[in-house]
Amino acid sequence: MKPFAYHQPDQIPDAAKLLTSIEDSKLVAGGMTLIPTLKQRLASPAALVDLSKLGSLKGITDDEATITIGAMTPHAVVAASKLVQTKIPGLAALASMIGDPAVRSRGTIGGSVANNDPAADYPAGVLGLGATIVTSKREIAADKFFLGLFETALELGEIITAIRFPVPVKAGYAKFKAPASRYALVGVFVAQFADGVRVAVTGAGPGVFRVPPMEAALSGHFDPPAIAAIKIDTDGLTSDIHAEADYRAHLVTVMAKRAVEAALS
Amino acid sequence: MGNVIGIGAAPKRKEDQRFLTGRGNYVSDIKRPGMAAGVFVRSPHGHALLRGIDKSAALASPGAIAVLTGDDVADDGLGSLPCGWGITDAKGVPMKEPPFPMLAQDKVRFVGDMVAFVIAETPEQANAAADLLKIDYEVLPSVVGVLEAVRPDAPQLFDDVPNNICCDWELGDKAAVETAFKKAAHVARLSLVNNRLIGNPMEPRAAIAEYEPGTDRYTLWTTSQFPHVVRFLMGALVLNIPQHKLRVVAPDVGGGFGVKQFHYGEEAVITWAAKRVRRPVKWVASRSEGYVSDRHGRDHVTEAELALDETGKFLAFRVNTLANMGGYLSTFGPNIPTNLYGPLLGGVYTTPAIYCNVKVVFTNTVPVDAYRGAGRPEATFVLERIVDVAASEMGIDRVEIRRRNMIPKEAYPYQTPVLVQYDSGDPMGCLDGALVAADVKNFGVRKAASARKGKFRGLGYSTYVEACGLAPSRFAGRLGARGGLYESATVRVHPTGQVTVMIGTHNHGQGHETTFAQIVSDKLGVAFENVDIVFGDTDRVQFGMGTYGSRSLVVGGAALSKATDKVIVKGKKIAAHLLEASEADIQFEAGKFSVAGTDRIKTFEEIAGAAYVPHNYPLEVLEPGLEEQAYYDPVNFTYPGGCHIAEVEVDPETGTVTLVNYTAVDDVGTVINPMIVEGQLHGGIVQGVGQALFENAVYDEGSGQLLSGSLMDYCMPRADHLPMMKVATHSTLCTHTPMGVKGCGEVGTIGSPAAVINAVVDALSHLGVTHVDMPATPNRIWRLLQNASLPVAAE
Ligand SMILES: Cc1cc2nc3c(=O)[nH]c(=O)nc-3n(C[C@H](O)[C@H](O)[C@H](O)COP(=O)(O)OP(=O)(O)OC[C@H]3O[C@@H](n4cnc5c(N)ncnc54)[C@H](O)[C@@H]3O)c2cc1C
Repeated sequence: MKPFAYHQPDQIPDAAKLLTSIEDSKLVAGGMTLIPTLKQRLASPAALVDLSKLGSLKGITDDEATITIGAMTPHAVVAASKLVQTKIPGLAALASMIGDPAVRSRGTIGGSVANNDPAADYPAGVLGLGATIVTSKREIAADKFFLGLFETALELGEIITAIRFPVPVKAGYAKFKAPASRYALVGVFVAQFADGVRVAVTGAGPGVFRVPPMEAALSGHFDPPAIAAIKIDTDGLTSDIHAEADYRAHLVTVMAKRAVEAALS
Repeated sequence: MGNVIGIGAAPKRKEDQRFLTGRGNYVSDIKRPGMAAGVFVRSPHGHALLRGIDKSAALASPGAIAVLTGDDVADDGLGSLPCGWGITDAKGVPMKEPPFPMLAQDKVRFVGDMVAFVIAETPEQANAAADLLKIDYEVLPSVVGVLEAVRPDAPQLFDDVPNNICCDWELGDKAAVETAFKKAAHVARLSLVNNRLIGNPMEPRAAIAEYEPGTDRYTLWTTSQFPHVVRFLMGALVLNIPQHKLRVVAPDVGGGFGVKQFHYGEEAVITWAAKRVRRPVKWVASRSEGYVSDRHGRDHVTEAELALDETGKFLAFRVNTLANMGGYLSTFGPNIPTNLYGPLLGGVYTTPAIYCNVKVVFTNTVPVDAYRGAGRPEATFVLERIVDVAASEMGIDRVEIRRRNMIPKEAYPYQTPVLVQYDSGDPMGCLDGALVAADVKNFGVRKAASARKGKFRGLGYSTYVEACGLAPSRFAGRLGARGGLYESATVRVHPTGQVTVMIGTHNHGQGHETTFAQIVSDKLGVAFENVDIVFGDTDRVQFGMGTYGSRSLVVGGAALSKATDKVIVKGKKIAAHLLEASEADIQFEAGKFSVAGTDRIKTFEEIAGAAYVPHNYPLEVLEPGLEEQAYYDPVNFTYPGGCHIAEVEVDPETGTVTLVNYTAVDDVGTVINPMIVEGQLHGGIVQGVGQALFENAVYDEGSGQLLSGSLMDYCMPRADHLPMMKVATHSTLCTHTPMGVKGCGEVGTIGSPAAVINAVVDALSHLGVTHVDMPATPNRIWRLLQNASLPVAAE
């Protein structure tokens, strides 16, 4: 790790200002992704702006049609939240499948979504539910937010403050864990709304994506057999030492079926 | 006063007091006054010419103290890292043994090869300085696989090693095997890969070196399984430091598994550097650094053929293996796939003729050396897999074919056609015990239940034997060992009767401090808590060959037992004097010396006191003091073995293999501490399961990059991968070790991979699957099912 300056602002505007005024500065939330990269000296920012003193970024609230999760809410809190468990059990289940207990108690939803790791779980939930990313500047629809491998619509100095999820009729997540890292080799989030079904896939490609043929089929019949025969194209899917592209494509169908089963159970 | 806790008892481990309370003393815990920090700069290329190194910017970096490179090593006339074994080919030609410089000179041969050592005031400054080192590489194509490396057009690692073949080794009677194959009713054939593994001990390697100008003495603290051997190899052969001027300390070490039983270049560089900079220097590897520098294990490609008669009796076994050595010869490197492999191909069977050819091959990968089991898991895997293949091809039950070929208990001692002679064993007894413990009888019911869930269930056997307790020196010498393989122990009885043992083995998790204390407590009748075991310091321990090859109890324990016997012999002499009896009439039992047939006794403490306060003492014929030393060189290997039965469930939809039941009945000879033995078996089995299902070190052909270079990509077995295991012992006593012990450190790792893979193949056999390479990952199983000759459907 190389030396860096450390700031712990207690107002969002102060944090945003530090971020834009110090060249090469970075936000740190749970640090579960950032700190390892610093330790391996893959990144060496001049300053870290710690979000942990920003109380307004923590906690879970709801109104009739939505649940809003503060950016600094750790995975373990989402997993254990009665509110999330009741209104979007599939999202609580997703949070409970991230990493291990230590990672879940430190890692945050904002950090995970901002990082947009191609194998992370939350992006599938956020895209699958058609959530809204609330930032220090604006609101961004999930469909416009994830731009591929570690890329998002966030601009320099923009801070995620919360994620707002519409409450679905039913939703489920199924994750096939990569053997070593236990990130998603393939994870599929399925959400049924009054006006249709959304299916989002993580792990299989360079970024989270939707599967329109499955969405159409499930909008007709929300049950596993409806999509059993839908194969996705291997083009653009990831091949690595753990899984070849055609295996990942196969798993997308299997995990989508299991996500529907989970949603129905 | 505490109690005697003897052989067969299961006290809690003495060492856990400090480990579980965070009071262990590991190399990275040690701080020396004025200590500087060192980092190694390693090659990012698999194969490259080293054109030049510009140190100037690095040396100008804040806090930088020195930058050392291969040129400095050459200028100081230092030696190459030695190989402890010199094997020969069929014609008696010695293996090719190119130099292994401690810092690369002219060329780098694997990603991780050491190019420079940068020393600065702090680790951060050393890293920053290292980043400024300008190294001019001319990148060459790499070759990482053994099949590729022996092709005529393959990149050549060394000019004088044609086709990258270090040695073309063989064992056995080739002609007899050929004759037997001609008569065979059936020949089973199998091609397989034994996957490359990375040891991953919990504690990464680390070292601190210090030089004292006043005494011209060096001290090296290192994460080693064999500090005396490091002192010899490094002092005598690399750095030219006289043995009495060099102290090597291996304090608490957080796991080894073989990874720490080699003399590493880092140790030599840091010791040399400490004198050059006149400062203690410390280096602690990161996990990532360990991946590209800790010696790897296994990595074979094998073709095997088993000839059988019409009744399924094995007539002959022929094995051709290409074994990966990596970029250089490590300490035991060439010994592992040859001497620790070929002689095990007889297994527990009466196969009369065996021939084995091993081509030992250099590649642009981390040097390969011993990893828990070392050669023997590879042999067991080949044999136990092909036995299953033969059984299935001939339509003979897998247990039945094993029974038909097993060495009966009465036939021991049994001379195999591949050098080794088994002294004792009862493979049939282990098999029978395991069949019951694994409830094989009701497997069909469980299989049907799995099928109802759409899963395929399979059962796999491995009836195996290994050779451990390394090693009879004379025998090893004939096979190419350049050192002895005995062990030594000193039993120091203090005037008050407490005991300190100095032993040459090294405890890094195995529980020696407990096991050895039990032996002393048992034999001398002193309280368990009054015995301490000292190891890991060449200044405190007389000598030793260290811990590996399941040798600590077998060889070290034997030395300890002998030294303890000497204490008793001397004690009897003292007692005879004090009790005014003839020595022949003195008995020693339960810590008391008595005159046979009388109630006249002297306690062990009284005798110890008399030895150190020799007022009433036979000084004319006996020296004062009560301290005895023994060296023990085994007369044979020991041959633990047993039967492992794995039961797996395969999800055909995803290809996931789940290990659902595991049973092991092992013959480890006398059990000193059943809890520790159970722990060793559990740990060993888990490492074997790791090889079978999860672990794989993968290199990129061409670039030589390690693709599985961290725990994010190299899958270690975890608790939730495993069922509760049933392990039991079914022991026959070793006939030549003092206590009848056989060793238990590696059996689990040796027996288990074949059991697991045999179970996976069994689960898929109805689809025409005949072999699955390790690790049986979901992707690999899914691919097999895609290509299966029969359609995949729940039964
Ligand atoms: C061992 C281990 C296992 C893991 N397993 C999984 C897994 O199975 N599935 C999974 O999805 N993840 C996994 N993770 C990642 C984990 O979920 C991380 O916590 C998460 O990716 C990042 O969250 P964080 O709060 O730790 O962010 P940090 O590491 O603090 O930050 C990550 C990045 O996001 C930026 N950032 C943080 N917060 C904000 C914000 N509010 N606005 C804008 N930018 C921000 C930071 O600047 C940084 O670039 C694992 C991590 C580890 C260490």
